[in-house]
Amino acid sequence: MTSYLFVVLGAVLVNNVVFVRILGLCPFMGVSKKLETAAGMGAATTFVLTMACGASYVIDRWLLIPNQLEYLRTLSFIVTIAAIVQLTELVIQKTSPLLHQVLGIYLPLITTNCAVLGIPLLNVSLRHNFLESLLFGAGSAIGFTLALILFAGIRERLEAADIPVHFRGTAIAMVTAGLMSLAFMGFAGLDKYK
Amino acid sequence: MLAALLVMALGAVVLGAALGYAAVRFRVEGDPLVEKIDAILPQTQCGQCSYPGCRPYATAIAKGEAEINQCPPGGDEGIRKLADLLGREFKSLSAEHGIEKPKSVAVIDEQICIGCTLCIQACPVDAIVGASKQLHTVIARQCTGCELCLPPCPVDCISMQAIRESVENWKWKYPVFKINPAQREAA
Amino acid sequence: MTALQRLFKFNGGVKPAYNKEASTRLPIAVAPTPTLLVIPLHQSIGGMPRPLVKPGERVLKGQRIGGADGNVSSAVHASTSGTVIAVEMRLMPHTSGLSAMCVVIEPDGRDEWIPHGPFDFRNASPTQIHDYLRDSGVVGLGGAVFPSYLKLNPEKQRNLDTLVLNGAECEPYITCDDVLMRERAATILQGALVMRDMLGAGQVLIGIEDNKPEAIAAMEAAAHAVKTAVGESSVKVVSVPTLYPAGGAKQLIRVLTGIEVPHGKRSTDYGVQCFNVGTAYAIFEAIALGQPLISRIVTVAGNVGQPRNFEVLLGTPMRDLIALCGPLPDSDRVIMGGPMMGLRMPDDSVPVVKAANCVLVGSSDLFPPPPPEMPCIRCGECAKACPADLQPFELYWFARAKIFGKAQEYDLFDCIECGCCAYVCPSHIPLVDYYRFAKSEIWARELAKVSSDEARERYEFRMLREEREKQDHAAKLAAKAVARREKAAAAKTDAAKVATTPEQDEKKALIAAALERVRAQKEQIQPENTINLTPEQVAEVAAIETRRAEIREMAKPHVWQDD
Repeated sequence: MTSYLFVVLGAVLVNNVVFVRILGLCPFMGVSKKLETAAGMGAATTFVLTMACGASYVIDRWLLIPNQLEYLRTLSFIVTIAAIVQLTELVIQKTSPLLHQVLGIYLPLITTNCAVLGIPLLNVSLRHNFLESLLFGAGSAIGFTLALILFAGIRERLEAADIPVHFRGTAIAMVTAGLMSLAFMGFAGLDKYK
Repeated sequence: MLAALLVMALGAVVLGAALGYAAVRFRVEGDPLVEKIDAILPQTQCGQCSYPGCRPYATAIAKGEAEINQCPPGGDEGIRKLADLLGREFKSLSAEHGIEKPKSVAVIDEQICIGCTLCIQACPVDAIVGASKQLHTVIARQCTGCELCLPPCPVDCISMQAIRESVENWKWKYPVFKINPAQREAA
Repeated sequence: MTALQRLFKFNGGVKPAYNKEASTRLPIAVAPTPTLLVIPLHQSIGGMPRPLVKPGERVLKGQRIGGADGNVSSAVHASTSGTVIAVEMRLMPHTSGLSAMCVVIEPDGRDEWIPHGPFDFRNASPTQIHDYLRDSGVVGLGGAVFPSYLKLNPEKQRNLDTLVLNGAECEPYITCDDVLMRERAATILQGALVMRDMLGAGQVLIGIEDNKPEAIAAMEAAAHAVKTAVGESSVKVVSVPTLYPAGGAKQLIRVLTGIEVPHGKRSTDYGVQCFNVGTAYAIFEAIALGQPLISRIVTVAGNVGQPRNFEVLLGTPMRDLIALCGPLPDSDRVIMGGPMMGLRMPDDSVPVVKAANCVLVGSSDLFPPPPPEMPCIRCGECAKACPADLQPFELYWFARAKIFGKAQEYDLFDCIECGCCAYVCPSHIPLVDYYRFAKSEIWARELAKVSSDEARERYEFRMLREEREKQDHAAKLAAKAVARREKAAAAKTDAAKVATTPEQDEKKALIAAALERVRAQKEQIQPENTINLTPEQVAEVAAIETRRAEIREMAKPHVWQDD
């Protein structure tokens, strides 16, 4: 049981997908201007990533491995993820037009979020079982959401702050992201309490 | 090789079918985006954007047919809001569509007006009252300053007058601290 | 009567030097009537009253010269009798230095009242009271100038249990309420009882800061007198701790009753209504004497030889008042209100208006220019001082960066602009200026939004109307075409049906006769080749003609006979 807890905690904090693995940076920089948007994006990504981890495990375990088609892993995962994202978009557009509005073009862009492809691939290389895959996916996505929300909060403040002209916009955001990344390195110490 | 092709083809068919079904099942009517864009536009209905009104322009933006910098009355601030809403980059106002002017209202010179009603027909918000061979006048409060009534007037009796600052519409200015030279030297 | 009242505290507040003693040494003096009264029409919150007089007209003291326009608006009256010289744009007592419509009256020195008398509000309907008070021009005299008739509407304010009378007067230098309470306590109390009866409130709490012992004593004496005279025991005079801004309505209500009016609510939702003591005095004058609001008590203080309170006719130029107190030579500015919330006037010629509780003369020695604005260090002193429980530093950051939406989220509009935050700011940031800037920007935007929504509605309606007209026109055309076709068809059948009527026969006969005439004419005309012929030719033609006639005779004898 504790091993599952460690999978989740490790994915959320110690190996935070954004700050430690440096994955999924484009939505991280792109959708972090407003807190509400960031939260919506985090929720959508969490859903997609968890689904993608489950689906890719099934495809890998029952379709690719029996047929010795491991070399098609990346391709088939991408196709699956794209389909899930499309499905999510259709459902969100129907059920919550407001969220769809808020997420805008970043929703289809979840497809190209490297975190969403990276985590299922990591699942394979870390030899996670089905439940671990799901938890790892959900944990990573929660880590992504956490990073996104923290960062959006800071960026909202940056809007009102006195920043030298040449640092305004993406430049100061990159500096901030770097500092946050440093801060998250501190979680590596959690390892000791295993 | 055959197995690989079969697996990928199977995947494509299954996912395609699922998406196709979802597209039909979750079809959405209408476009809420147009409403949001329309809410930002200043509603002068002036047509300077090369569309016949604010809503057609909003529709064109939503479809991606028009740029967001074609609305002179909205000015830079309006463009910034549109850029925010649509996640596009801010662009300065496109020169071919006009320049941002201070908000003004049309005024009819009552000495010259011949009561031809042409301006009444041109006004998009029905802000001109009058009748055939009767003096016309502009309801200043309703006038959006679109200037559409200027060209049809056969006697050029309509002019645009900038809205003057009054005690009612006066705004507190952004606080600016003047550094006086003495203090500067002391500091 | 006094004192065993449990008091509460509001958060924040500051204690600036009061500087009140100087202007309370002398009693209220009546300021002389100036040579020219400039009475702005717009002296209250709400709509601009419309002028009721024309240049050249003679007006009496107390005559209405501006009528309330709109739901929120209050009338304006002539402060003395005289002649209206002009109704024109004059410089307003407003920071902007802009002009607005004013009625300029040249007093005739007779000070002749318009006929007036008491108003029996007990037997009047709520609408009558509403209209009477609106036309008396009574507005809140604490500085906010909100029309009082809107606050004294008993229909809207049911279940009111407490009437709070605000005599706190917390702002430095200002003593107009203080001296009014000292000298006219009984009248204030009468006014308070009138308001209490109008509102049906249970008790009257009069809150006075404890740095005004004379005013407290005077009000207590008046309350005692009322108690012994008519057994009225609902009035309590409460001394509240001196702490700026205890005179803010929400703050005073909090101190006296412990009720904290939350964001978006009004004190009346909690059964409390609050009036300034000066307003109570004006209400008494309006109801019991029938005199509209034409004068007020104004403190003249600051950089003057003898600070003092005056009863001033509205419209008196501030310059005249200042001259009465002997301004010191280095005076360089006039502030309407106190040093904390006051507004700097563009000029000392501006008139005294209903909002002017104090005319503060300043100099650069008395109010030195603020030290340079330094960056915000986020020390949080402003948040500790804020009596409205806001986060001034957040509001400052958002106002400065012009992120108005966020500023509104942080309840910018709950800010009472008391200036406590700027007072304590170690970086000397003029915080209130930023809030005023943000507020007026937001108002302007909201107005623009309202008018653009209206324009959209009108545009859409026009489109709808044009479409409808087009359809109507098409329908009309179609109907006309159908009608024409039907008519034609009907005419055909009619002709067939009524061919033998006498009228038709007559017509036919007429046509036939006409045709006959034409033929006869044709026959009379002789061909040209029969003119100027020789007798031989004539004889030849005649022979041919007779032959032709014979042949014709032989060819169609029956036709000729038949016809």
